[in-house]
Amino acid sequence: MIAEAGLAALWLAAALAAMQVVLAAIGVRRVLAAPDDESALTTDLIGAVRPVAIVQGALAALAMAMLIAVFLRSDMSVLLVAENSHSEKPWLYKFAGAWGNHEGSMLLWVTILGLAGGAVAIFERSLARATLTATLGAQALIALGFYAFLLFASNPFARIEPAPADGQGLNPLLQDPGLAFHPPTLYIGYVGISVAFSFAVGALVARDVGPAFARAMRPWVLGSWIFLTLGITAGSYWAYYELGWGGWWFWDPVENASLMPWLAATALLHSVTVLATRDGLRAWTVMLAVVAFSMSMIGTFLVRSGILTSVHAFAVDPTRGSFILALLVLYIGGALALFATRVGTVRVGNTFDPVSREGALVANNLLLSVILGVVLIGTLYPIIAAGFGVQLSVGPPFFDKAAGPVALLLVVVMAAGPLLRWRRDGWRALTSRMAVPGAAFAIGLVALLAFGRGVALLPLLGLALAAGLAVASVAPLWRRNLLRTPLFTWGMVVAHLGIAVSLAGMAAESAFTKQTLVAARVGEPLQVGPYTVTLKGISPVIGPNWSALEAHLVARRGDAPAIVLRPQSRFFTNPVTVTSESAIATRWDGQVYTVLGQIDPSGRVQLRLWWKPFVTLIWLGGALVALGGALSLFGRLLRERRARRRVEAEAWA
Amino acid sequence: MRRAALALSLLAAAPAFADSTLPAAPLANTQLPDPVLEAKAQALMVTLRCLVCQGQSIADSDAEMAGDMRALVRQRIQAGEQPAQIRDWLVARYGDYVTYDPPFSLLTAPLWIAPLALIAIGLWLARACFRRRRR
Amino acid sequence: MKGLKLWLPLVAFVAVLGIIASALYRPADRTVYSAMVGKPLPAFETPPLLPGKPGLASAAFHDGKPKLLNIFASWCVPCVAEAPQLMALKAAGVTIEGVAIRDTPQAMRDFLARVGDPYAAIGDDTASAVQLSLGSSGVPESFLIDGNGTILLQHVGDIRADEVPGIVAKLRAAR
Repeated sequence: MIAEAGLAALWLAAALAAMQVVLAAIGVRRVLAAPDDESALTTDLIGAVRPVAIVQGALAALAMAMLIAVFLRSDMSVLLVAENSHSEKPWLYKFAGAWGNHEGSMLLWVTILGLAGGAVAIFERSLARATLTATLGAQALIALGFYAFLLFASNPFARIEPAPADGQGLNPLLQDPGLAFHPPTLYIGYVGISVAFSFAVGALVARDVGPAFARAMRPWVLGSWIFLTLGITAGSYWAYYELGWGGWWFWDPVENASLMPWLAATALLHSVTVLATRDGLRAWTVMLAVVAFSMSMIGTFLVRSGILTSVHAFAVDPTRGSFILALLVLYIGGALALFATRVGTVRVGNTFDPVSREGALVANNLLLSVILGVVLIGTLYPIIAAGFGVQLSVGPPFFDKAAGPVALLLVVVMAAGPLLRWRRDGWRALTSRMAVPGAAFAIGLVALLAFGRGVALLPLLGLALAAGLAVASVAPLWRRNLLRTPLFTWGMVVAHLGIAVSLAGMAAESAFTKQTLVAARVGEPLQVGPYTVTLKGISPVIGPNWSALEAHLVARRGDAPAIVLRPQSRFFTNPVTVTSESAIATRWDGQVYTVLGQIDPSGRVQLRLWWKPFVTLIWLGGALVALGGALSLFGRLLRERRARRRVEAEAWA
Repeated sequence: MRRAALALSLLAAAPAFADSTLPAAPLANTQLPDPVLEAKAQALMVTLRCLVCQGQSIADSDAEMAGDMRALVRQRIQAGEQPAQIRDWLVARYGDYVTYDPPFSLLTAPLWIAPLALIAIGLWLARACFRRRRR
Repeated sequence: MKGLKLWLPLVAFVAVLGIIASALYRPADRTVYSAMVGKPLPAFETPPLLPGKPGLASAAFHDGKPKLLNIFASWCVPCVAEAPQLMALKAAGVTIEGVAIRDTPQAMRDFLARVGDPYAAIGDDTASAVQLSLGSSGVPESFLIDGNGTILLQHVGDIRADEVPGIVAKLRAAR
């Protein structure tokens, strides 16, 4: 019954989305034809859109809840549960297993989409009614396509007759707390961008591209950007400890698919500020909103379809692939056509000097877009080469060489940007303000050249630039009353500092990592970086649905207390798989990373040991960036609320 | 979901490689005694594609064949070969597919020129939003 | 000019879409092909895996007779499926030289006792060195080699029953 209730909720939500599209279309048409139309019919039409959007979101959430319920109850008569779950799994993985598969993840996607649409309907008060209605209509149109996809091509609630005794189990590599949080976080990010996209479409339809639209869109961009940042950061750490080779970023197509929307959202975040504050970059901002959403859709599609050589168990059959492809054509193609026909009527907006805050933000957008383009081209290039009959691999060496220098240039712009005045500024003034950060960079460079033996060029520049950026990013707080500094300024400072911290971590990891790969005997001391690691023994361990061999390692550095590390090699039976569970110890200046490999017939134990100085800064920086975003979002919302109160108070007076 | 994807990609490849009972070749999972040579080998290994996992370099794969390729790289480096020679040797056998660093050719020219081309296009587009400086 | 510029994003999007669609409808061939086809067999020499069965050296392929070089292993499941076809090829007069990847004498003896032994020689390739030098990336794989030691063809995966006559014909033609 639960599954049928979920399916019914999904159909109802789809019907409401269709209704929302029709109501919004008629309403917007009437308002645009006669802007002063206050007739009962028009107001009713427009007024109905909001509640419909809210109920639609609630129904989608209900369907998701039903799916989670059948997974928690291990109802094997539901095909999806039988194929992807097992009754003996810990409950967390039953719960997370609901979206650890194609159908469930698509349902999660539309659920978040529906809820986001509902939230816009509830909270957005300042936009012109035509723009808001068109936005909600666009959001419903996107949702409708995905409802159709679920109902016609990926029904998560399909039954299986007869029901099997038990399920086939979830891939053990996915049985990790990371799975419970990682996909929803990224999806909130992806789907939040869909709201920005809908705002852009709404503004184009209503010919209302201006600061008001930018201010309405900004919290959504910020919010989804925070989640994307967290999702990528968490995903990177998950890969780091789960894959067991010490790497934290692989330029895998699937990673690139999550990086591209983040790059677009980061650019959008900065251009929307120019539009909101200075009424510049109108067409560009609209364009970026469309690009950002198209990247998150293409990203999802690439991951889902498995057409790139990141072989994927969710592999979509061509019918499903065609369906998503059709949605892409409809939404992104439609939005770009709308852009081309409408944006000509949008004035460019205010222009400005090249040396100004706006100028730096344009440079930021330019460089971010270049990196985005490089990642996109690099990811798709193997497909192009295959068209010419050549098997080609594009991987880390290409991305490091092609995107690395651009990213470092971006860091320079990032250090200078916040120190520039709006509209126009002088080179001389900038140079004097950049003196201290420049000195930090120079000191870092000289110190590394003197003491860091044989550090490669990119990590060398990375570390020195990180030092410069760290100083430059806190410079806007210099000689200011810290308590009266607006929260969103704090947000910018923290986020930029986060990038410096993360960059320092990346560069330090790449420059100073020590690796020891050995076949060790019990009791034999092994050296990795400053640590002496000793294998004390190997013992069997039994877990809830696995058994394992566990190494007992003791790591010592100088007189510090010894660290005990217990890496495991786990054997799962449902389905049969072997995984290595790394054991990591974190200290203030880095991590000891240990992995247990095979055991030789001679009794020697394969061990992989790493000392990774300051590697944690990578993710700490990511968290700071997200925190900066949150401060900024909070500051903006607070200020808006205060402004609204003031207007209301004046109206009463 | 991308992590899941990566994880799954490993699993998908698992049945193909985890089968032989023979222990790994000595140099597959242990380093060369000379740190300079080992660093050279490591730098090469991260740019070589594991042929059975299709999504990882041989430096971070558990596949047996990746282990054998690591052993081959270390042996040849130890014997005094240059990384470029070893890469060429592998490319002669597996084509450009085996290297993550696509060699420059007519086909890959657009790929390598892309960053510069994109910057040029961007500058051309950005011109419009700047005001000419009045002197 | 300005009007045209605005359509550029759509054009770029259609290009990206075209690439993706082409990959969706004509899925990439994931087989890794050897670049050694048409080239001379690289020099190698492997010790015997089993007592009483010679090991294999590349010199054996220069005696003027075309041969089939089969890369296999006792632990490889498709190799079991391939065995009857290899026996059929042997019956048709094809010389089959084997290279065993990462194998042990005991396991190989059991394997041959179970599925039959079509091999004239079996070389012991413990660290896949011969396999790597041939540009092969899995088991089983077979290479057709002519009498002068030139690689004519690579067959990836197990040989199916309907492919046997074709292979026999190719080897005859190479004579």
